[in-house]
Amino acid sequence: MLLLENIILALNGIRANKMRSLLTMLGIIIGIASVIAIMTVGTSMTASMTDTMNSYGANDITMGVSQKSTETEMMGGMRFEWGPRKSNLGDNDYIYMDMLSVLKEEYPDKIDHFLLECSAGQGQAKDGSLYANVELKGVNDEKFEDDKLEMLSGRSFKESDQKDGRKVAIVSDYFCNNMFNGDTASAPGKEISILVNGKYHYYTIIGVYEYDASANWVSTSEEETTTTVYLPLKTAFDFNHDDQRFEQVTVVTGSGVTSVDDFMMEIGSFMNRRFYRNNDSYEISCSSMSSFMAEMTESMNTMSMAISFIAGISLLVGGIGVMNIMLVSIQERTKEIGTRKALGATNTSIRIQFIVEAMVLCFMGGIIGVVIGTVLGSILSKQMGYDASAPLGAIVFAVAFSMVIGVFFGFYPANKAAKMNPVDALRYE
Amino acid sequence: MAKGDIIIEAHDIVKRYYIGKPNELEILHGISLSVREGEFVAIVGASGSGKSTLMNIIGVLDKPTEGSYILDNINVMESRDDELSEIRNKKIGFIFQTYNLIARTSALKNVELPMMYARMPGWKRKKRARELMQLVEMEDRMNHAPDELSGGQKQRVAIARAMANDPALLLADEPTGALDSKTGRMVMDIFHKLHKEQGKTIVLITHSPELAEECERILTLSDGMFIGERKGRNHAPS
Ligand SMILES: Nc1ncnc2c1ncn2[C@@H]1O[C@H](COP(=O)(O)OP(=O)(O)OP(=O)(O)O)[C@@H](O)[C@H]1O
Ligand SMILES: [Mg+2]
Repeated sequence: MLLLENIILALNGIRANKMRSLLTMLGIIIGIASVIAIMTVGTSMTASMTDTMNSYGANDITMGVSQKSTETEMMGGMRFEWGPRKSNLGDNDYIYMDMLSVLKEEYPDKIDHFLLECSAGQGQAKDGSLYANVELKGVNDEKFEDDKLEMLSGRSFKESDQKDGRKVAIVSDYFCNNMFNGDTASAPGKEISILVNGKYHYYTIIGVYEYDASANWVSTSEEETTTTVYLPLKTAFDFNHDDQRFEQVTVVTGSGVTSVDDFMMEIGSFMNRRFYRNNDSYEISCSSMSSFMAEMTESMNTMSMAISFIAGISLLVGGIGVMNIMLVSIQERTKEIGTRKALGATNTSIRIQFIVEAMVLCFMGGIIGVVIGTVLGSILSKQMGYDASAPLGAIVFAVAFSMVIGVFFGFYPANKAAKMNPVDALRYE
Repeated sequence: MAKGDIIIEAHDIVKRYYIGKPNELEILHGISLSVREGEFVAIVGASGSGKSTLMNIIGVLDKPTEGSYILDNINVMESRDDELSEIRNKKIGFIFQTYNLIARTSALKNVELPMMYARMPGWKRKKRARELMQLVEMEDRMNHAPDELSGGQKQRVAIARAMANDPALLLADEPTGALDSKTGRMVMDIFHKLHKEQGKTIVLITHSPELAEECERILTLSDGMFIGERKGRNHAPS
């Protein structure tokens, strides 16, 4: 019989039994919805991460001190800039300024410059009852440039600020909101006192930058948000320990580099040969955006696999639910099947009728699942601060797959219907 | 096929249930029957005498355990399942006591169903279904679902459906059994009309002696055997 007629018939059946059909589809809906939701979050996450990564140079190599063991191998030894790390590096384990000079001398064309930063801890700026949460960070000019901040007033660091380690600071507009009632224009020149580890430190503001709230992962109120106070690199060193050293340095490669990954290996082994040969516990490990992206794609794929497995189970359960309802439905409609056979339906046309019915049921479940999943995933992505983007491939696959489930789990009941003896079916009460 | 040719030719039909089991049950004990094109035959008999069983065999819904059966020159005993489906579709129109309309589809769609199984194009079967609805005087309710129709209306739709592929044979198993005498009369009149005007061959099972009397030939079944045959009036009471 004609496919269209069967589809209309199936839709009529679903309409007549709305509640039952919905409950039948529930397994499929939940299965598909959860996959699509997670996939949506996943794609949105990768998309915006890729965006962020690309805005950081693809030519950058991150070089960090890491423990000589296998556990730091995860993520390619990449050190993340977010959050303070627990480390108990000894004085001989850090990357020192003079090591960087040696490295730069070794590769004058291949290394363009270094992005250097040094944390001076977290604290609170205070002025009477006014306060602002801050993180003190010393940066070199290149690093400050690289952060691509929008200056609202004042200026950035001068050469003398950096060289002499002047006590000057660049603060955020949030900082100004808390301390100066939002007056960014007159902030430069003002003196601020910042309490870190029970000690006050005094700086003169030279500039105000615009805080990028979208980069904030933790959702706190605007007043409580911790923003960075930028200091000249040397100022931060003085603050800490006088030693000009780093746990991690970003190397920006120059025009002499053809393959960032090859060069990454090269400087890694150079540093280790030269400075870390006798170090028992630490070594230098490098990573680049491309190696990081590869790692990330791989872990994304692993995650997708795991999700697919879970989804597979829930779809299996959903499919069995569909089969169960189809068996009940066929039992109920035994007389109808007998009548159809009396009117000339062949076994094949009965079989097709019920397979199509199962397929339509699963297809609708799939569509509803996709809609719910996309909405849910988009909301979740938005909540996590990503631009939502729908995983089109997964959606097409999910809908197609739900139809395959319909065929698969509809086949047995449909076959049972097709094989009914017409007389017995007609006599069925 | 010309009027007067033999359309049903059954010999020594035996039907048994639970074959080979201790409680084997023989329902039909070697029935022979021949019906000519254009005849209007009534089968009467007590409940449980095997009328429906015989009717199902004539309508090739069921195969006899023993015997031979030629329907419209086709040896039914040797036909495959899909061939039997086609015979039911093209050559036979069933009318049941319980109407057996497909729920949730309109009366018109019900009439289209046999034509759909015959793969008739949509426009053609819609046209024919409307004509048939006119024939049974149901054209003003043809878009209603079965559960919105009265018993008599349902049975008229069922007759239209049985006529869909212009079958050689109409088989009606107690078509008026569930109807009051007035509506039963109306249904019976349709059969007369189809018989007289279109020359349809009709085999009718009925419990009503009056209705049986209106047919051309009356066969009496008792305990799985024909015990009598006589001529009827062959027209409706005036
Ligand atoms: N599938 C079956 N298995 C066993 N016995 C059956 C089966 N079908 C019918 N019978 C038996 O066959 C006998 C004849 O049944 P049938 O339905 O042909 O009677 P009938 O003459 O049509 O009766 P009624 O006038 O009540 O419809 C009955 O005794 C019934 O129990
Ligand atoms: Mg009967």
